[in-house]
Amino acid sequence: MTKNTVRFLLNNDVVTIENIDPNLTVLQYLREIQFKSGTKEGCASGDCGACTVVLAELDKDNVGQLHYNSINSCITFVGNLHGKQLITVEDLKDGAKLHHAQQTIVDNHGSQCGFCTPGFVMSSFALHKHNKTPNRAEVLEALAGNLCRCTGYRSIIAAAITASTDSDEDSFAKHYQTTVATLTEFQELPSPVLAGNGHNFIAPKNIDELAIELTNEPKSTLLAGGTDLALSVTQNLATINKLVYLGNVAELTNFEETDTEIIIGSALPYSKFIDTLHHYYPDLGEMIERIGSKQVRNNGTLGGNIGNASPIGDMPPALIALGATMTLHLNGNERTILVEDYFVDYKKTVLKSAEFIKSVQIPKPTPGQTLKLYKISKRIDDDISAVLAAIFIEQQGQKITNIRMAFGGMAAIPKRAPAAEGVLHGYSLTKALVTQAKVALTNDFQPMSDVRASDKYRMTVAQNLIEKCYLELQSANARKNIETRVVNHA
Amino acid sequence: MRSLIDVKKASSNTDESVVNGQKNVGLGGVGRSKKHESADKQVAGEAIYVDDRPSLRGELHAAVGQSTHAHANILSMDLTAVKSAPGVISVITVEDVPGHTDIGPVFPGDPVLAIGKVEFVGQPIFAVAATSFDLARKAVKLAKIEYQALEAVLTVKDALAKQNFVRPPFTMKRGDSDKAISAAEHQLSGEITVGGQEHMYLEGQVSTAEPTEDGGMNIFSSSQHPSEVQKLVAEVLDIPLNKVLVDMRRMGGGFGGKETQAAPWACIAALLANETKRPVKFKLARMDDMIMTGKRHPFENNYTVGFDSNGQIKGINIEVNGNCGYSPDLSDAIVDRAMFHSDNAYFLDQASVTGNRCKLNTVSHTAYRGFGGPQGMMTIEMVMDDIARHLGKDPLDIRKINLYGDEDRNETHYHQTVEHNNLSEIIESLEDSSDYQTRRLAITEFNANNAILKKGIALTPVKFGISFTVQHLNQAGALVHVYTDGTIHLSHGGSEMGQGLNTKVAQIVAEEFQVDVDTVACSAARTDKVPNSSPTAASSGTDLNGKAAEAAAKTIKQRLIDFACEKYQVDEEQVKFENNNIHVGEQIFSFAEFSQIAYMGRVSLSSTGFYKTPKIHFDRATGKGRPFFYYATGACVSEVIIDTLTGEYKTLRTDILQDVGHSINPAIDIGQIEGAFVQGMGWLTTEELVWNEQGRLLSNNPATYKIPAINDAPEDFRVALVPDAPNREHTIYNSKAVGEPPFMLGMAVWSALKDAIASVNDYKTSPILDTPATPERVLFAVEAVKAATK
Repeated sequence: MTKNTVRFLLNNDVVTIENIDPNLTVLQYLREIQFKSGTKEGCASGDCGACTVVLAELDKDNVGQLHYNSINSCITFVGNLHGKQLITVEDLKDGAKLHHAQQTIVDNHGSQCGFCTPGFVMSSFALHKHNKTPNRAEVLEALAGNLCRCTGYRSIIAAAITASTDSDEDSFAKHYQTTVATLTEFQELPSPVLAGNGHNFIAPKNIDELAIELTNEPKSTLLAGGTDLALSVTQNLATINKLVYLGNVAELTNFEETDTEIIIGSALPYSKFIDTLHHYYPDLGEMIERIGSKQVRNNGTLGGNIGNASPIGDMPPALIALGATMTLHLNGNERTILVEDYFVDYKKTVLKSAEFIKSVQIPKPTPGQTLKLYKISKRIDDDISAVLAAIFIEQQGQKITNIRMAFGGMAAIPKRAPAAEGVLHGYSLTKALVTQAKVALTNDFQPMSDVRASDKYRMTVAQNLIEKCYLELQSANARKNIETRVVNHA
Repeated sequence: MRSLIDVKKASSNTDESVVNGQKNVGLGGVGRSKKHESADKQVAGEAIYVDDRPSLRGELHAAVGQSTHAHANILSMDLTAVKSAPGVISVITVEDVPGHTDIGPVFPGDPVLAIGKVEFVGQPIFAVAATSFDLARKAVKLAKIEYQALEAVLTVKDALAKQNFVRPPFTMKRGDSDKAISAAEHQLSGEITVGGQEHMYLEGQVSTAEPTEDGGMNIFSSSQHPSEVQKLVAEVLDIPLNKVLVDMRRMGGGFGGKETQAAPWACIAALLANETKRPVKFKLARMDDMIMTGKRHPFENNYTVGFDSNGQIKGINIEVNGNCGYSPDLSDAIVDRAMFHSDNAYFLDQASVTGNRCKLNTVSHTAYRGFGGPQGMMTIEMVMDDIARHLGKDPLDIRKINLYGDEDRNETHYHQTVEHNNLSEIIESLEDSSDYQTRRLAITEFNANNAILKKGIALTPVKFGISFTVQHLNQAGALVHVYTDGTIHLSHGGSEMGQGLNTKVAQIVAEEFQVDVDTVACSAARTDKVPNSSPTAASSGTDLNGKAAEAAAKTIKQRLIDFACEKYQVDEEQVKFENNNIHVGEQIFSFAEFSQIAYMGRVSLSSTGFYKTPKIHFDRATGKGRPFFYYATGACVSEVIIDTLTGEYKTLRTDILQDVGHSINPAIDIGQIEGAFVQGMGWLTTEELVWNEQGRLLSNNPATYKIPAINDAPEDFRVALVPDAPNREHTIYNSKAVGEPPFMLGMAVWSALKDAIASVNDYKTSPILDTPATPERVLFAVEAVKAATK
């Protein structure tokens, strides 16, 4: 057995994998190689959560602690498992006794056809590992990535909200210290590689290894959370020759705060920095809670969201409006650019061959600044935006001294609205001015029609969001607490 | 002599669990909230679905090559690259089908593989068996097919203009509607587009075919209709029915989508298995499933109504136009049901209802919970709102004044008398328990004080006819065995798709013998145990199979009683089944003990049971009859909030009161109601099917087609069953069907959205809100109402 194989715990057993095609997903691995069919395939695209499993990993910030993350096994490649504990629905039972996360669903009649049920069990299991008395909002956040077509959800919510304080310790709790010790040992191992069917996977541990890897093989495919990349394999039947996994690169998974900036490693999953961003920019925190699902945020990264240069990524418009910067790394050399300058055209960026995104820097707010974010989609949970509007305003008194409005879903790339900004910059906001800005927006964008929305809706709603921002600022000034958003309505 | 098996002796160990206000009938289980029979296995990942079965030796995987044209002749097909692709073992076209090439379930029109032409994008043209799922999927992409494009019909309007129908139009009439409309004080007309719906069962379509030693085929299929799968597999293979066995343990959801449209995949798997003499699994990848299987029919309906100044309808003409897709499938009956339900809960008086079955070059639309009924009801619910706004009244008042009466005003447009109608009481009770009137006032005040957000509320009833409208389907069989340890094995013709059918039927059998429900094991539906079964559909699963199982149990029970009378010389009245025991005169035996004694006494402990629904008939030539044994009723109040700048919305509270008769299992019934409501709400709100101008489905995966997720469930969700309401028809334990009726309660959300939109113009305009009412449609409806103000 070579030292640099992919090694992980499958439930409480150490597993080493070799000679497996790294294009294999964790779901396929479980069902076809481990013959564990409890984890279901509903969509193979990360949209339904039936395949949810839990990954326990060492908590970087709390030595000796584990963090339990729900993920979609259908869009996670096997190589990503290295150094982690993979927990599946079959192993929750203690002998004949159901786990709390299972028994509560039975007690509340929360399973009908039962096909989504293992996924809900695992999401609830992960939630309760860190929160034994979740409230309704926390339950909804944890389960929003699991679709059920039968129950209407009430019974499942009732199950997941049931406190687990009195529940017995499960086998994972009993093996906690052993798990920590085993996973810690795994960290000491050299960077793992996996080869099978002529395809390769490597997970460098630091930025130098990564840079060398990319300089040698610039055509390698960078893999962060894989929540988008895996779709090319499961949906488009592509095969990736060489995957370079970024999740183990120390410098890419850092998180740091300075006096003026929040620095987020490009391969750090959303769930690791959402709280900090929520603290400084409440709208941003709330918007990120609607990016994908819990499972997607536990894997998905900022680097991935920017890197794939989708015209409908939700973070780029927000980052552009905030004036965020990004640091790019090419073979030992780094450059820092505005996120705004990264995007060139549809799926085209300034990134050079062998260059990669190291980090994103978000300025901290100063007095007089406001960030308003609006994510408009057909469904509240786990839906790609028809329009994402990000409006950053800096005011002295009533006068706007700085404004950046960026939109997603309105053009081939996430883009600012210079004409509309121009109308407002330097003035105090008035209804008449807002009306002018709405008109000016038609010079900034000619959106298209697609499956999510018509061009007309996109333009109308984008215009209305400028008005909405104005009305919200007005009511904030007047200290009136009038509800303005349906999504936050509770 | 040693006893056959150790059995529990008689004891008075009883289960006295709470029965939710229902009459406690001792042991057995009817009326109790027993957990779903598979619940423990489902939560543990131990419940086996077709794709979870251990793979068979030599098992291959199937995929099909799909049409890229909506309507075209196939000029040539070059499959060389497909045949030589890695892992490919066999490639077949329709030329290789030994038997029938058409697998239309009722009428012909569905080729198992394309015959010279294609009629929708995604139509299967050829099939491949390969050594893995991915290799099969990759191989089918290598075909070179030359098409000669033909003109495609892609809109209902175009189909109507060309009279392009899959079945002839049909009209139901009562009285002279034209005259009544023109004589009425007020007239209105309108039209509505009602979107279709993807089933999005979490478990996609899947079948495994395993060749047997005598040229037959064993099929494991996720199907609502195993007997039809059996028949069609036999037909395509040209073998007798007795050589095909279909086994169906459970589905991961069906909702109508696996009634007829599970069969094609079983047939193709069987053809490939027959060709290769190896087992073949055919599992549809989610996107292929969404592209290749039919959906709820989209409809385009219109009406002209005449009414008096109170808002009571005097006459109405309704036209419903179903988009059936390219073939008849079940569309004749589905459009019929849309017509039957064009009245929903209301007396239409003089009425004419016409239904057109439009043929479009899309996938063939199929059964979906409600079976056309929901699409039919939407028109009349639109009429209610339109009349209310026209007269400046609360829509609830209009709904109430138009309800069917008890003694008069009680005949439908198809001449069935509406009996035992309790909707007035249900609405009154719900209006009260939901604080409708108080909340109506609070909403008016909220709307006056908020420029951006507006609230709306609506109460809508549902009256849904129970029975297959195709008479012969209203039959069922069951098979019950009692073993010598007192355990019971139950098979019935129904299939379990999550609805709790097996649990309920087991409760019914346990009830008959007065034994614990845990002693009854319900096995997979198998065509060799219960033959010639009907689909599990039309909400009829428990009504039909429950009665059949009860009949089988009664037969065995009577044999036990007769045997006891003879052996112990007692009268029939002295034999009682109670608490897992059988009392024979003064003696008490455990059920197990007595089963053994009966066996030793050479009593047959196995029986079939059969049931057919009484009273029903319908003459399609005259459009008159009693197609429905009874009606299931319920009502819903929903409150919503909308954003007038973006069209976003949320359902804040939902109250439901549903009549399920004497509930066999209240927890399961409530689960059905909650799930049906949310599914109905999804149909009318976020679930949008989008086809492009070439007839290609764009909303072909769950990233672009959005079923309700957890935050869409109403924050405040209250469901109640009408108490003490045994069905006055003699159904199984006087229960009522529950699968479909509450689906249509989702209409309350749509009507509430319109109420919120109408507030923008002080309720002077009735908003036009086609469905699904996406945020986009809501926003444009708001803008239209604003424009009407100016």
